[in-house]
Amino acid sequence: MVLELFLNAVVAGILLGGFYAAVALGLSITFGQLDIVNIAHPAFVIVGSYTTYIINESLGLDPILAGVLATPIFFGAGVLLYRFYYVSFERTGQESLSGLAFFFGIMFIVEVVLIMVYGVDYRLVEADYIGKTISFGFIIIPIRMLAPFLMASVMTLGVYLYLSRTFNGRAILAVSQDRLALQLMGADPVKIKQLALGIAVATAAVAGSLLIIIGPVEPSVGRLYIGRVFAIVILGGMGSIGGTMTAALMIGVVESLVATFYGPSWAPAVGFIILLVTLAIRPQGLFGRA
Amino acid sequence: MKKKINPFWPSMAAVFIAGMIFTEVADNEFYFFASYVVLQAVIMATAWNILGGYTGYVNFGSAGFFGVGAYTAIALHKAFGLPLPLLILAAGAMSGLIGLGAGYLTLRIKGVYFAIATLALAIVFETIAINWEFVGGASGAYILTPEEFLFFDSYIEMLFMLILSLAIGSVVVARYLSTSRIGRGLAAIRDDEIAAECNGVPTLKLKLISTSVMGAMMGVAGAPYPFFVTYVDPASAFNLLIAVNAIAMPMIGGTATWLGPVIGALVVGGMQEIITVTISSEMNLLVVGVMLVGFITLAPKGIVGLVQDYLKKRRSR
Repeated sequence: MVLELFLNAVVAGILLGGFYAAVALGLSITFGQLDIVNIAHPAFVIVGSYTTYIINESLGLDPILAGVLATPIFFGAGVLLYRFYYVSFERTGQESLSGLAFFFGIMFIVEVVLIMVYGVDYRLVEADYIGKTISFGFIIIPIRMLAPFLMASVMTLGVYLYLSRTFNGRAILAVSQDRLALQLMGADPVKIKQLALGIAVATAAVAGSLLIIIGPVEPSVGRLYIGRVFAIVILGGMGSIGGTMTAALMIGVVESLVATFYGPSWAPAVGFIILLVTLAIRPQGLFGRA
Repeated sequence: MKKKINPFWPSMAAVFIAGMIFTEVADNEFYFFASYVVLQAVIMATAWNILGGYTGYVNFGSAGFFGVGAYTAIALHKAFGLPLPLLILAAGAMSGLIGLGAGYLTLRIKGVYFAIATLALAIVFETIAINWEFVGGASGAYILTPEEFLFFDSYIEMLFMLILSLAIGSVVVARYLSTSRIGRGLAAIRDDEIAAECNGVPTLKLKLISTSVMGAMMGVAGAPYPFFVTYVDPASAFNLLIAVNAIAMPMIGGTATWLGPVIGALVVGGMQEIITVTISSEMNLLVVGVMLVGFITLAPKGIVGLVQDYLKKRRSR
């Protein structure tokens, strides 16, 4: 009985972890590659959830499709955000303190605007597969967990291939390491960073659609994800996509086990505790270089 | 040359006396409730600025330190029935220790990590409070206000004078830290930490002093809070608004001096009281967020910086 519970919790944790990777992916690019501490990323994910909710509610489209359809708008918003950030902070070299407070303010504004427009009620989406399950023996897999896991894996793989195989992708990996070398290769660092933040924010649209498939969403849910995603990105070695995926799966499994055996009210603290321990003991992450 | 008398001490005394007169004159209790909230904000903003403004390290977890202070007070009040002054001391010590610990663990690495760690701390302590049944768990705790209130006319008047004294105390500490030798060391850290270290500034020690003082002050601000609201739950004691205000007020007032956070807290706090009463509390949240982002991007030196620039321009004309 305990074994059954344990195995079910591990499977649920893996599925949850895959989804966490989708949420952390955008931060892995901004924080890991560009050194932009975008703590508003989880708030953008919530905006993705609400966008999905609106499309699903009004047009009846599949939530994942809705999330994918929203990516161009999110990409554009990310590009604009970088423009603004660059002009206000990066160009004048004030990005550390002011940049942090700036994203904190953006996060807060996004949350308050969502509350003012939609209230604090939980919102959810409708699709045929939500609520159905598949079972293998005693292991029960809800589709509302499996579908996000699969989509998250596809997206993570896609971003990984883009970053490692294309010129622009490699330029994104290079931009924070050596600006000058990048310029000599004929790439404009500002344009590359703009592209990277665009992609990062675009992933929030898809991640948001996955979030609202897994469960109902309200505006302040995003805050709980701040600890998780930073824990994942730092544990995964800052910007390594493979590391991010591994760390996300780990945190998903640990959280699921804690929720099963100690009660769900402790689960949100897991990510934050792992984050604090990582910062204290091994800030370069599991896979990072010292 | 005539020796100039520093106007700081007389003005602090004047503020205290004005507060005493206020308790004698005003009889609408709303003024005391509103003033309490603003003065609490003065302490929080001043505390935040000791680390954020003087050294350039951002604390996102002000609500965590505040909440720990409030819950320390609740727990000790319930367990031993300690009087308020002792609760304030205990809460300050507790939050100060947490500040020291957080600083010790993360300040040795990059500043960004400290910011993220403080955010994590706030959530961890909130989760502990939610799961701690002795202090009410998720459903919260009620505090009965004591019957006696010294020589004041009502309990809220006493709390008002208490928070006013604490606010004056925190301003005095903040001013001391910025004008003393410690303050010059902290400013050196903000400008160039590596250069400061090379010149023999004990950077880690100074950073730890400022995180501890910051934490302790926020704990002190949190301790009387349960007695002020009489009902505390984790969602209110660890409210994100507390953290946002603690960042927004110094940023809006100006982070370079001890005066900036005080002005920021008075302006923003006062405005919040008015907007909450006249429009809505959601609108109040939005205004704070927009003002924070607006000031960071357009006037990074805050109100104090704007006034200084204006005076300079007038003098040179």
